[in-house]
Amino acid sequence: MNRFAALIEALAFEPRRLAKLTLMEEHFRTVPDPDRGYCLAALCGALDLPAAKPAMLRQLISERTDPVLFALSYDYVGDLSETIALLWPAPAGGPIRDSAIGAVVETLQKASRREVAGLVAGWLDTLDERGRWALLKLMTGGFRIGVSASLAKLALARFGGVEAAAIEEIWHGLEPPYAGLFAWLEGRGPRPDPGQALTFRSPMLAHPIEDEDFGRLDPREFSAEWKWDGIRVQAAGRLRGNAAEIRLFSRSGDDITAAFPDLAGALHFDGVIDGELVVMDGKAVAPFSSVQQRLNRKTVSARLMAEFPAQLIAYDCLFAGEEDLRSLTLAERRDRLDALVAAHGGRLCASPPIDFDSWEDLARQRAQSAEHPAIEGVMLKRLASPYLAGRPKGHWYKWKRDPGLVDCVLMYAQRGHGKRSSYYSDFTFGVWDGDRLVPVGKAYFGFSDAELVELDRFVRQNTTNRFGPVREVVHEARTGLVLEIAFEGLQASTRHKSGIAMRFPRIHRIRWDKPPAEADHLTTLQVTLARAPAHPAVPDA
Amino acid sequence: MAIRPETLLHPRPEGLYCPPGDFHIDPMRPVARALVTHAHSDHARAGHGHVLATRETLDIMRIRLGEGFCGSEQAMPFGESLTHGGVRISFHPAGHVLGSAQITLEWQGCRIVVSGDYKRRPDPTAEAFSLQPCDVFVTEATFGLPVFRHPDARDEAGRLLASLARFPERTHLVGAYSLGKAQRMIRLLRDCGHDAPILLHGALEKVTQYYEARGILLGPIEPVAGRKSRDLSGRIVLCPPSALADRWSRRFPDPVTAVASGWMRIRARARQRGAEIPMVISDHADWTELQETILETGAGEIWVTHGQEDALVHWCQQRGLAARPLRLVGYGDEEAA
Repeated sequence: MNRFAALIEALAFEPRRLAKLTLMEEHFRTVPDPDRGYCLAALCGALDLPAAKPAMLRQLISERTDPVLFALSYDYVGDLSETIALLWPAPAGGPIRDSAIGAVVETLQKASRREVAGLVAGWLDTLDERGRWALLKLMTGGFRIGVSASLAKLALARFGGVEAAAIEEIWHGLEPPYAGLFAWLEGRGPRPDPGQALTFRSPMLAHPIEDEDFGRLDPREFSAEWKWDGIRVQAAGRLRGNAAEIRLFSRSGDDITAAFPDLAGALHFDGVIDGELVVMDGKAVAPFSSVQQRLNRKTVSARLMAEFPAQLIAYDCLFAGEEDLRSLTLAERRDRLDALVAAHGGRLCASPPIDFDSWEDLARQRAQSAEHPAIEGVMLKRLASPYLAGRPKGHWYKWKRDPGLVDCVLMYAQRGHGKRSSYYSDFTFGVWDGDRLVPVGKAYFGFSDAELVELDRFVRQNTTNRFGPVREVVHEARTGLVLEIAFEGLQASTRHKSGIAMRFPRIHRIRWDKPPAEADHLTTLQVTLARAPAHPAVPDA
Repeated sequence: MAIRPETLLHPRPEGLYCPPGDFHIDPMRPVARALVTHAHSDHARAGHGHVLATRETLDIMRIRLGEGFCGSEQAMPFGESLTHGGVRISFHPAGHVLGSAQITLEWQGCRIVVSGDYKRRPDPTAEAFSLQPCDVFVTEATFGLPVFRHPDARDEAGRLLASLARFPERTHLVGAYSLGKAQRMIRLLRDCGHDAPILLHGALEKVTQYYEARGILLGPIEPVAGRKSRDLSGRIVLCPPSALADRWSRRFPDPVTAVASGWMRIRARARQRGAEIPMVISDHADWTELQETILETGAGEIWVTHGQEDALVHWCQQRGLAARPLRLVGYGDEEAA
C-alpha cells in the first residue's frame, strides 16, 4: 500500500495539473503489474469492492474508540476514511508491514462477506497512518485528490506515447488490472481488441454566453433550443437482427445503463445519440428533483421506474449506423437525427427548436420559459458547427436564465466535508413569517475562501445553542447575519416547514451591512411560486 | 479546597477575572490590571492599565504592539511569587513560546493553574514546561481531539530538507507563525544539519532578532527583501502563513510551499492552505499530552478555555473529573497553532 499511498498523497498536495500528470506517469513507469493497474482502476473509479461499505468501517472503529469522541472527530475532519486512519490505535510495538495494493484487492475480491471485516482490521493494525488512509480511501472510493478519470487516462496516454482518444476507444472493453493495456503501451504486446463493445465518444461542450457575445454573433447563424434540466447522456446502439444492444454513458463516460433499464430497453436504433435524460410526469417533463430519484443507483426497482419514467430528449447524432457524422454541420446532423427519431418514437424524442428572429425575441421567450421548473435556459448552437470533442470556442453557448435572489437570515451552521472540512460551511437560512424566521434552505457554496474564514468566525462567536454537530446562530431582528441567496427555481414542498424548496441555492453575497429585520418575507417566495406553471409542455416526439 | 474556586477565578465577557485580586488573566479587552501568559496577540492585547508578565513576554509585546502598549508593566521571573489582595501569584514555564508562562493563583487553600497555551515536547527556543500540581487546572484544547497526535518535529523538518535535496533549484517557502513557530522551525533545521543562510519575510525579523538577543542560536539569517530572484533559488524562506497566498509570494518563480502547523494533520486543512509539504509541527499539546498533563496536575476540576473543548470535557467526565468549558470568545483566532 505504501507506493500507492505515496502517490495519492502526493497528488492530493500537488495543485499543478502538469505535475500531477508527471507523478502518475512516473508511477506507471516504476510500479510493476498488477499494482499499477489496480492503482489506475482506483484513480478512474473502476474498482468495485462491493463488500467494503462505510457501515462496516464505522463498526470496526466503534469497537476501538469512544463513540462521542469518534463523532466529534468525524465532524471535525469531515472525511470518514481520514478520521478512521487518524483514530485507529497504533500497532502497539507490533511490526509495521506493507501490503501491496494488488494483494489487497485480489484478497478482497476472493473473500466472502464474513471475512472482509477481519481482513481489513488486520491490515489496519499493521499499516502506518498514511497506509491506513490509502487503504480506506481505496475501499470507500472518492479520493478527493483533484484527479479525474480523464486526467488519469491522459497520464497513461503520455506514459505510452499515444493519444488520449486511443485509450478511450478501447477502455470500455478492459478490466483491471489492465495487464494487456500496459503491455501494449510498453510495446510488449498487441493493441487490446475493443471488440464489438459500444464505446463512449468525448462529448461537445458549450461555453456560457457573455453579454458582449450578442453583439458579435449573428442570430441567423444559430439554432436555439431549450436547455433541459436533466442529465447529459450519450446513447450508443447497435441492431442485431431484431434485437438492439444499447448502452447509456454519462457525460464523463461512465456506463449508467444499469440505472435506466426502462430507457435502455425502449431504445432501438443503430448509432450514437447525444441528448438529455429527463423524467416524465405524464406528458410533461418533471423537474430535476425527479431525475435525482433515479441517480447513483446500481439497480432500480419497478416501482421507481413506474413513478419516475426516464425519457431521452435527443439533440445531436454522432453516428448513424457505422457512419461517422461528426464532421458534418449541425444542420446536416440535425436532419439525420430527425429522421432517426421520426422512425423511432416512444421514449426517444427530439429537442424542439425554438423559432426566433432576433436576440431580443429569444430573450423574451427565454424570460417566459423561466418559470418552467425543468428548463434551465436556452442553448445556442452554430448551424455550421461540426461535432468537436471538448469545449471548442465559438460554436455552442449556454444561456442560463438569471437566478432569483432573496435576502435570508443565517439560522444554523454545520461543519462541511471535503475541501471545506473543519470550517462551518453548511448554512441553513430562513425568511420572516410574521415575526418568526422559518428555514427555507441550505447553502454550501458561493463564498470565497476568505469569506469562509469570516463566516466560520461569525458562527463560532455567535453560537446561541448546540444540537450535536449543529450550531444555532443568533438570528433576531437586530442581531444576526443576512445572506443574499441566489437560486434557480422554487418548488412546493411538504418536507419543508416553509412549504417551499429552493433549487440550487447558493450564497450570492454576504450582507454584513444589513440588519436581519430587513430580510425578505415568506410571502415574497410564495408569490413567485404561485406564478410558475406546474410543468412545461412535453416536447413533440 | 476550602472555598468554591469560582470565588477566586471566573469567566467574564472580557476574560478570566479574579475578584479578590481585582485583576484579569489574558483579557480580550482593555482592563485595569492584566496578567498575561504569553505574547501571542489573542492573549496579549494592547491598552491595559498595568501588565504583569515575564520579561520576555513584556519585551515581545513592546516589539509587536509598540511603546506604550500598557500604562505600566512589571516583569515576573519564573518561580518567584508575589501577593496581591491576599492572592499569591507565581509564573511557571509553559513551553509554548519564549517567555510563555502558566500562572498559579493561591488563595484560602485553593490553588488554580491557568496554563495559557502549552506544550510538553522539547523545544530549545522555549523554557521547558514545568508541571504545577493544583486543585483546578485551566487548560487550552486547541488540539483536543483524538485525531491530533503530533509526530516527531524533526522528522517533519526532515521532509522539507528532503524536498530541498530533490529540487535544489527551487525556493522552499515555509509558512510559520511569526512568534515562536518561525524561530523553532529555524532551530529545527539547524539541528537537522542545514547550515545555509535562511531568509526571512520582514514580519519575522524583529522577533527573530529578539530570540537571538536572548541567547538562542539560530545560525545565519538574512532578510529576503531586496534580493534578486536568482539569489532566491534553492533557499529556504520563512514567512507568516498569510503571506503564502499574498502578492508577496509571487516574486518566487515556481516555489515549493510548506506549512508548519499542527493543523497540517488534517489533509483538507493542508490543502486549504495550499501546502505541498504539510509539516505537523505544533507549539500546543496534542491529545495525548493534554490528557497526561491533566492527570499529572492531580486537579479534581478542569476548566477548558478554547479549542475543541467538547471532546476534552467529555474525556474528563468519563474519568470522573469535574470539567466544564469556559466558552471564552476570542482565543485561537491567530494562526499560532
